[in-house]
Amino acid sequence: MRVDLEGITKSFGSLLANDLVSLTVNPGEIHCILGENGAGKSTLMNVLFGMIEPDAGEIRVDGKPVRFTSPREAIASGIGMVHQHFMLVPVFTVAENAVLGFEPVKKRVLLDRALSRRKVLELSEAYGLAVDPDAIVGDLPIGMQQRVEILKALGHDARLLILDEPTAVLTLQETEALFKIMRSLADSGRSIMFITHKLKEVAAVADRVTVLRRGRVAGQGDPKTLTERELASMIVGRDVQLDVDWGKPKPSRAVLSVRDLTVYDERGALAVDRLNLEVRAGEIVSIAGVDGNGQTELVRSLVGLLPPHSGSIELDGKPVAGASPRKMIELGVGHIPEDRQVDGLVLPMSIAENLVLDLYSRKPFATGWRRDLRAIEENAERLVEEFDIRTQSVNAPVANLSGGNQQKVVVARELSRELVLLVASQPTRGLDVGSIEYIHRRIVAARDAGVAVLLVSAELDEVLSLGDRVAVMHRGKIVDVVNPDVGRDHIGLLMTGVQPSAAENSRTDSRPGSGATERLRELEWRGGGDD
Amino acid sequence: MTERIVGPELELVSDSETGGKKGVGLSPSGLLRSLNSSFAYGRPWAITLLAIVTALIAGAVLLTVTTPATLQAWGSFFSNPIGALSATWFLVGDVYRDIFTGSIVDPPALFQAITTGQGWVAVLTPLSETLTQATPLIIAGLAVAVGFQSGVFNIGAQGQIIAGAICASYAGWAIQLPSPIHLALTVAAGLAGGAIAGFIPGILKAKTGAHEVIVTIMLNYVILNFLLYLLTNRPFRQPGQSNAISRPVDASAQLPHLLGSALPANLGIVLALVAAYLVSWFMKRSTLGFSFLIMGANPTAGRTAGIDSKRVTVLVMVISGALAGLAGMVILSGSTLMLTSGFGGNVGFDAITVALLGRNRPLGVVLAALLFGALDVGGRAMEAATGVPVDLISVIQAIIVLLVAAPALVREIYRLKATSLRSVELGTRGWGA
Repeated sequence: MRVDLEGITKSFGSLLANDLVSLTVNPGEIHCILGENGAGKSTLMNVLFGMIEPDAGEIRVDGKPVRFTSPREAIASGIGMVHQHFMLVPVFTVAENAVLGFEPVKKRVLLDRALSRRKVLELSEAYGLAVDPDAIVGDLPIGMQQRVEILKALGHDARLLILDEPTAVLTLQETEALFKIMRSLADSGRSIMFITHKLKEVAAVADRVTVLRRGRVAGQGDPKTLTERELASMIVGRDVQLDVDWGKPKPSRAVLSVRDLTVYDERGALAVDRLNLEVRAGEIVSIAGVDGNGQTELVRSLVGLLPPHSGSIELDGKPVAGASPRKMIELGVGHIPEDRQVDGLVLPMSIAENLVLDLYSRKPFATGWRRDLRAIEENAERLVEEFDIRTQSVNAPVANLSGGNQQKVVVARELSRELVLLVASQPTRGLDVGSIEYIHRRIVAARDAGVAVLLVSAELDEVLSLGDRVAVMHRGKIVDVVNPDVGRDHIGLLMTGVQPSAAENSRTDSRPGSGATERLRELEWRGGGDD
Repeated sequence: MTERIVGPELELVSDSETGGKKGVGLSPSGLLRSLNSSFAYGRPWAITLLAIVTALIAGAVLLTVTTPATLQAWGSFFSNPIGALSATWFLVGDVYRDIFTGSIVDPPALFQAITTGQGWVAVLTPLSETLTQATPLIIAGLAVAVGFQSGVFNIGAQGQIIAGAICASYAGWAIQLPSPIHLALTVAAGLAGGAIAGFIPGILKAKTGAHEVIVTIMLNYVILNFLLYLLTNRPFRQPGQSNAISRPVDASAQLPHLLGSALPANLGIVLALVAAYLVSWFMKRSTLGFSFLIMGANPTAGRTAGIDSKRVTVLVMVISGALAGLAGMVILSGSTLMLTSGFGGNVGFDAITVALLGRNRPLGVVLAALLFGALDVGGRAMEAATGVPVDLISVIQAIIVLLVAAPALVREIYRLKATSLRSVELGTRGWGA
């Protein structure tokens, strides 16, 4: 299906969210929309999907002008949208979710379950969207839930599919699988609009790319001929340093030593398995690994949120395994949590209050029982200035900030006190190029000030660019610690649990505790089975 | 939820909710938190005022259709529209005037009292009764509000009121002391009784994860039955009485009247206002109160920031319970003097409504409790004067609460713009899902 957007303009109060945006999506094309947070991508998609009426401009579907006043009309015209936050009913099956809103009926009132099942099976076979139609959606991993959303759109016979940041929540493998599906959909003549932050994905999957900046089209082109650097500067509006040389680390004493650490996750499954790790002052150790290999639990046990089952954690030589989060904060452990809105911020509270979230009971922010509001505000003014947090007032709720600025609040707070160790988990997830660059700079500055930094990230680029040493984690263990120069492929193999050198040697297992016990252990890992 | 918010802010936050692990689904506690925070953080007072106005209009309609005379007048609306309208006008005017004069002041009587200097007692009685009625509602409303703001749903105010009253009652007649000391001891006993009753669900939640809603509801029955046991046994039972009724508290443990013995207003209202001020200071300015607010708005972030969630849960329940216990003490030492099987009426549950209406803020709770107290007192006067059943008041109160809980409905009725709400809704997003 061919869709033309012409001169779409939409303002919210004084903010011009879309300013004369024009673009064309051709049949069978994967059209990527790039842009910073707040560039107007979502507004544009919402206009196209009938959720927002534009102030001016025209939408044409296959050459015919259309006006959508509700998503239902957009769906009827063959436009489907997969939202970033899935709109699924967790207690329903895949088939039931896929037909929701357009349920096939028999005898006028009865839901035709068999037909819904058949429809789902047909679609999933046609496009390689393998998913069990009878599975309960709430039990499925995120990647599978996303497939259900795509199935749902296809079930409504969508010929233009809008995917709003579909990869933000996916693992590397899931992302690759999604790209395959997108390709096969495009090959069948359907068009796809794909919103993302990630430059690499544009080259990997898009046929055409449109960059939005401040509500305007900042550039359009063929991703095959545009370099990542060109795209990045279009997004930000200035030249961006993508591959930065962060300088040599000057590691000194060992700050964090983890020995034989074993952690079970909240559901009682083995998550970290006799892990050993050392981080020295003045260096960044980054942890590479496919999501779900125990990184989250490792971090949570290091900051005191998840007591380890066995093993030792030493901070500057003092045993701290099982200490409370409060104790760890007092010992100088900073923590940038992986999900800022869940673990890092209290959204309705002000920026100033969020900047002292773990320090509020200390001097100078409190004397005895009494909080010192002036000290809190002064601290906030200083940090907002120093970390370039874009806000009109430090008393505004942190919820009003963009994602990048919210993350800056978390980073500013954690770096505003004396640190010995900084544990940064997915510090730039979901952020735009400009914010990523800034946060990286602050993390390296902390390293250069002598802080030991442990970085956990699902982005291999981040792991390689920031890490002075890269520890690869697989199934709860550090399988190897390598120099980031060994290359992506080497580390990629390690991430899947294969030792690149040992791979040729027909895998003679020389690890301690091999044999029967090891196999038992394997079975115990997250309930056994594959990963 | 994305669909609900239409505006540029959608984009501002959309990127940052990529937690991913949350998946789909809605947890009850998440819902509770988002409900709670939407009350805790800014929403225009206009909604509350409009809710009250709407409820009064609905009450007028109800009056019209349930009174035969007006209904008849409306039956001939087309032949005599003025008659129908004036019938309603006079009926509703009478009823609402009686509620007003019965609960606040009768203007002609006030005028007469000013000019003649006589009859002040009669003039001040309605307001004085309203204050007395509102006092326990204020304190118990604060108890519930402290819990709500801290993410703890204390539904056990009723039981804690009784527990506080039992302890206060014992201190009030079992010990002989000079007046100010005895009264202070009785206050302390009331606080302690409520605190103990709050501590039990608090510690159970902290140690075992037992949900406080269930435990507090069930404890209401336990405490009520404990009261019934005490009332039929020594030493609480009043000697020589066939009814289940306790000994009265000594005069030295009673709350002194503020405006002379003829008027019911007592020191309790001062205690209530002091409590409201202290709660306000505590939540806004103290470190412990701040940790309560954090745990109420986002407990995971609170734990990550090093707050001991179990300690906070226990302390919230203890403080909430102590306040409820104080409400029980005020009812006992200010009004009833004796414990009965129906002690406390429905105050513990009305307190939930009052907290909701007052948006969990101390000033809001005070105003909401005064409104409810005035409606209760005025309703009784209205029934006596006009014969309209006092149930009308319950209907009006219920409609107010309903509309306050559903602000979208009020905005729809009065075509208000939702702009001022946007930040609130944003603030609550991401936790419910």
